[in-house]
Amino acid sequence: MTATGFMRTIVEVRGLKAYYSLLGQFSNREKRRWIRAVDNVFLEIYDNEILGIAGESGCGKSTLIRALYGAIEPPLNIVDGEIHYKLDGNEITINKEKSSLWRIKSMWGKFMVYLPQGSMHVLNPTKRIYEEFLDVLRTHIREYSDMSKDEILEAIEDYLSRLGLPVEVLKSYPHQLSGGMRQRTVIALSTILKPRIIFADEPTTALDVVNQAATLQLLEKIQQERKCSLVIVSHDMGVHAQICRRIAIMYAGKIVEVGPVNKIFEEPLHPYTRFLINSLPRIGDKSRRHGIGGAPPSLANPPNGCRFHPRCPYAREICKEKEPPLARVNTNHHVACHQVN
Amino acid sequence: MNSQKSFLKVKNLTKIFRLGGVLLGEKLTAVDDVNLDITGEGKIFVLAGESGCGKSTLAKIILGIHMPTSGEVFYKGVNIFKKGFYKKREFKREVQPVFQNPYENFNPLVRVDVFLQETVRNLCRENNPDVIREKLNLVGLNYDEVRGKYPHEFSGGELQRIAIARALLTNPKLLIADEPVSMLDASLRMTILNIFMDLKKMKTSTIYITHDLATAYYIGDELAIMFRGNIVERGRVEEVLSRPLHPYTKLLIEAVPKADPKQKIRKEIKLRKLEVKEFQAPGCKFASRCPDALPRCLKERPKEFNINGRVVRCWLFER
Repeated sequence: MTATGFMRTIVEVRGLKAYYSLLGQFSNREKRRWIRAVDNVFLEIYDNEILGIAGESGCGKSTLIRALYGAIEPPLNIVDGEIHYKLDGNEITINKEKSSLWRIKSMWGKFMVYLPQGSMHVLNPTKRIYEEFLDVLRTHIREYSDMSKDEILEAIEDYLSRLGLPVEVLKSYPHQLSGGMRQRTVIALSTILKPRIIFADEPTTALDVVNQAATLQLLEKIQQERKCSLVIVSHDMGVHAQICRRIAIMYAGKIVEVGPVNKIFEEPLHPYTRFLINSLPRIGDKSRRHGIGGAPPSLANPPNGCRFHPRCPYAREICKEKEPPLARVNTNHHVACHQVN
Repeated sequence: MNSQKSFLKVKNLTKIFRLGGVLLGEKLTAVDDVNLDITGEGKIFVLAGESGCGKSTLAKIILGIHMPTSGEVFYKGVNIFKKGFYKKREFKREVQPVFQNPYENFNPLVRVDVFLQETVRNLCRENNPDVIREKLNLVGLNYDEVRGKYPHEFSGGELQRIAIARALLTNPKLLIADEPVSMLDASLRMTILNIFMDLKKMKTSTIYITHDLATAYYIGDELAIMFRGNIVERGRVEEVLSRPLHPYTKLLIEAVPKADPKQKIRKEIKLRKLEVKEFQAPGCKFASRCPDALPRCLKERPKEFNINGRVVRCWLFER
């Protein structure tokens, strides 16, 4: 994948602010506090790409992916900004109006799917796997609702073997499958309607390394076959290095750097990204590495200016006062730092 | 003869858990015939393996939390599970744990400095509160900032550092750290690991338990790879990770996602269809997945073979 070629934008996030509201005692609206989990985020998702969202726990990456999917329910609110979708000729915008959220729900399943954290536990323990597949197909695709069970099963078997999953899975109950196989079954199940965007939140976190590698290979295979977009949230930079083409680094509710995977790993520009990449241990390299001093800020009361400035060794006066915008450095490479711009 | 020199020796240790009822219950061999020998001061010994391979159970047996089904743990030549083990207090003083989740370690209703004072009162030879100040400085914290605060007022990284400081109060010879950094963020992980590195200079050894081979390489001196209760390969970290012998170690190293976009996993990884009860396999537990399995591997449990200072539990290396 070239970083420079023209790519069609299918989702555009403009200045999105998605906050969790914490009401005061007895729902006192005046004492309402906001947890600024996603604060003024600009992001584009292109057609046919794998985008990774990386960051520490509590930096808002899961909230961002939920907002991107349009699953916005209280206490999560869109306070400002909008997300614009251009999917197969449909143009939908969601913003802080509640009514705009209704339209996005019609896109779920067919145009975009969301694999939440721990999605390997979603299978019904009293149903065999093929019953789950039948349910999904019969509810969503009209042609299938008249077909006989055997005909549909054949189609499902065909689909699974194309993905490289064993067909025997269909006849078993969820508890008979290993964790990795269950996760891959859920991925196969959720993508059977051929969505254009797949949002996966920590798809490999609870798995062993061997299962993790197999799950990533399955996701990559699905993406390459369908030419759809895949957005992966993970805290593990190894996962991003393996599969992503572009990475967005989040820190304390903001995207601090977006760029192609090679640029992020080899020439990171934002001080936070630089620390993060340099602190990664590698097999075959025993040189001493250093963590970042201090702790991530609270999202209820983030610091003024650049949110990284209390921990940043290069912080100047301007960093404490003015928030750096996400500015373009190169084609496709954007950084939010006063030092770089 | 050798047990005089070795500090902690684990011999043929087996732990069988019973799941379910007495009649219909199943047996689960969590730790199976494990031998370990920890000698020398200021070494970091890494136990690595997938989740559920028995590495935490082994740590708990060494700490004396679980009783083994069979086998022995020798501390300075004395079996710690023998009746009338007279060095119990000294053992607790010299072998201290650091656990995985810093948030669960501390009672949320008790101030953290109380934990530190209790350890001093119960285990230290002298009741000297200055030692708290000294050990907190060692992990990069200030006693005046810690005093009088409750656990929720600290971040995860700070709490884990307090947990390490607490373990260090008794001047232990051995720390058993069970996944001490897996709950922490990447930016804080290195700070904690560097503390263990610095402890090597103070002649404190560590058993570092992890599933992350990259951090194992970073801090470890010796490495043991566990699989389904067995230690399948043991040796120096550089040797095991750069030239793995056991087929399972090879698979594990291949599957670790490298934090480098140039080193992608190319080979397709095959998984088995269904959950196979590998714990109960009569032969080698890895045989059903092993690419080089011999007919013998399915029937006979492999023995430990010694190859140039490395111990491998695989029939392929029999001489």
